[in-house]
Amino acid sequence: MQLNAAGLGFQELNEKLRETDDPEVTLEGCIGQRFIAAGMSGKHIGIHGIAGNALGAYLNGSVIETFGNAQDAVGDTMNEGRIIVHGSIGDAAGYAMRGGKIFVQGNAGYRAGIHMKAYQEKVPVMVIGGRTGSFLGEYQAGGVIIVLGLGRGERPIVSNFPCTGMHGGKLFLRSDCAGIHFPHQVHHRIAQAEELDEIRPHIAEYCQYFGADAEELLSAPFTVVTPDSGNPYQQMYVAN
Amino acid sequence: MNIYPEFEVVRNDSRCIRCRVCERQCANEVHWYDEDGKVMLSDESKCVNCQRCVTLCPTRALKIVKSDCRLRENANYSDQTIKEIYRQAETGGVLLSSMGNPNPLPVYWDRILINASQVTNPPIDPLREPMETKVFLGKKPGTVTRRPDGSLDTALPPQLTLSMPVMFSAMSYGSISYNAHASLARAATELGICYNTGEGGLHEDFYKYGPNTIVQVASGRFGVHKDYLEAGAAIEIKMGQGAKPGIGGHLPGTKAVGDVSKTRMIPEGSDAISPAPHHDIYSIEDLRQLVYSLKEATQYRLPVIVKVAAVHNIAAIASGIARSGADIIAIDGFRGGTGAAPTRIRDNVGIPIELALAAVDRRLRDEGIRNNVSIVCGGSIRSASDVVKAIALGADACYIATAACLAMGCHLCRSCHTGKCNWGIATQRPDLVKRLNPDIGSQRLINLMNAWRHEIKELMGGMGINSIEALRGNRLMLRGVGLTEKELEILGISHAGE
Repeated sequence: MQLNAAGLGFQELNEKLRETDDPEVTLEGCIGQRFIAAGMSGKHIGIHGIAGNALGAYLNGSVIETFGNAQDAVGDTMNEGRIIVHGSIGDAAGYAMRGGKIFVQGNAGYRAGIHMKAYQEKVPVMVIGGRTGSFLGEYQAGGVIIVLGLGRGERPIVSNFPCTGMHGGKLFLRSDCAGIHFPHQVHHRIAQAEELDEIRPHIAEYCQYFGADAEELLSAPFTVVTPDSGNPYQQMYVAN
Repeated sequence: MNIYPEFEVVRNDSRCIRCRVCERQCANEVHWYDEDGKVMLSDESKCVNCQRCVTLCPTRALKIVKSDCRLRENANYSDQTIKEIYRQAETGGVLLSSMGNPNPLPVYWDRILINASQVTNPPIDPLREPMETKVFLGKKPGTVTRRPDGSLDTALPPQLTLSMPVMFSAMSYGSISYNAHASLARAATELGICYNTGEGGLHEDFYKYGPNTIVQVASGRFGVHKDYLEAGAAIEIKMGQGAKPGIGGHLPGTKAVGDVSKTRMIPEGSDAISPAPHHDIYSIEDLRQLVYSLKEATQYRLPVIVKVAAVHNIAAIASGIARSGADIIAIDGFRGGTGAAPTRIRDNVGIPIELALAAVDRRLRDEGIRNNVSIVCGGSIRSASDVVKAIALGADACYIATAACLAMGCHLCRSCHTGKCNWGIATQRPDLVKRLNPDIGSQRLINLMNAWRHEIKELMGGMGINSIEALRGNRLMLRGVGLTEKELEILGISHAGE
């Protein structure tokens, strides 16, 4: 189905998306409508234009491919599915996502992957092609965040305070991370070959969408960050 | 440094029959049998005064009393203050407490008195005449609109229908047990009210109670997914909690085991951390975004509640929430309970619910947006008269949790954070959980609510009011006693005798 988003409010737009039996929807002229495809499953939505905040919130198994930038809160509390962004995204992407994958060709704002989780067979994955703002992977509790740092020039791959409060999952930064300060409750080191094998399929998928060479990307050093404990607050309290 | 125990275990040896019930019942391992001396002994340093042994001792041989071994009296440095310093000097830890603030701060409910009719406007007998306790929570339309054919447009925003203006407040599965949740869910269903999942997700066994369930979405988003959001009768966004305004919470990994981790949708043994803020909410506009993302995900079928702690600028905050698209505001006062909170926060942060409620109701009326939202108040609603006073101060309904726990057997020992609740409520230990029988737990909750419902009717009847709707915000029915002019002004009531 072809759908022209121009002039539609987010409520009407989502109604039309829900109503259609056609699993393939192409959305033209998107001008920042929020909540596109919130909670939806079984759809393949192509978006032309700019998707607004909370794109694919609570997504439950659809594929969203947006040919332009997206704004804040992409994939908020996402459970399953894929969000592919041919552009850059705003803040707090993948907040508390539990499953599914987010691929971003360009950069991400602040707090990407905040409180990302994992659950049983579900391991969420977020791949950012460019660089990210501060507080990347804050409170990360599970899943895999990969930042490739493409086209960042002289800027660091991540801004300040990455991994604050991290207590699960893994974070890969395609950089030696010299000069980047990590908090004391995480370990960071150069990833070994077998760890890169873990992320190879995700990088390959990134390349499939955005057309880079996976092996070339993997030939650069990656820093892997893991928490030193799943129970960071254990020793903080005394019963009163 | 050893701190002298707070309690003494007093055993009447002439009554004790050495049945060892106390020993088997105490998860804190206070009691044991001495084979040599053929006597029961106890280590009171482990006692939390939960009264389990006292209650189950078949010969009433036991009592727990406050130890009279005190430090030298000091009106400034109380025993408690000194011992807290010792604990922190020993461990370097943040003091952690449970349940509501126990300090002697003002309880305004006890300073407010209810009116009754005499001579004119006669009282109504609830046994003889119909009394309406049903309430509908949600946004009410401001105007009457007609469809193009002239008929009345009767479509309403989604409403939460309650048979009486009381609901069971949020307590997560994890902070309380499976059997406690089962008791609350069954009682709420039987009573036609709602219970609240708290932020720990909804156990798969309890989806069937959905029409009487409020599902909560907190900063950690535990167990939040499409089916969960659609399972309940309303969705509550937890911004804050009366017992710990401004801070988050965390369920220690030791409690995130088995079904608890499954229901929260996190790995076993992993800390379930709820950060203090929602990381996507820094403004009313951001709150609006979460409200609408939830409405979109559930196709506008469910009312959205925003729960906040009662804090200094609560009236302005509530005004913002009323404009955020939320259908219901829940305000939690500073005496509200908790499964664990830093002592200093619990005892020093937030304001009394009575003042917060009155201030919010007035502000929303003054701004002409009172009907945009319903107001639910919680944070130590202890009785039917507290409910009636709250409604007359402007609440649409009340949340109760401590009172509900008491109905299920809680003895308010304030040791929930240990996870060793001898009454099977605030624990995940299977041997303790099974002590709470959901058949009995739910029946006791039903009994309590039925008793309150009758008392509410009697109090209303006494005032000559036959419907909750006519009581809401009816401050003429209240008088203050022993309150300052400022307090009366905030409460919006006159002094007794006026």
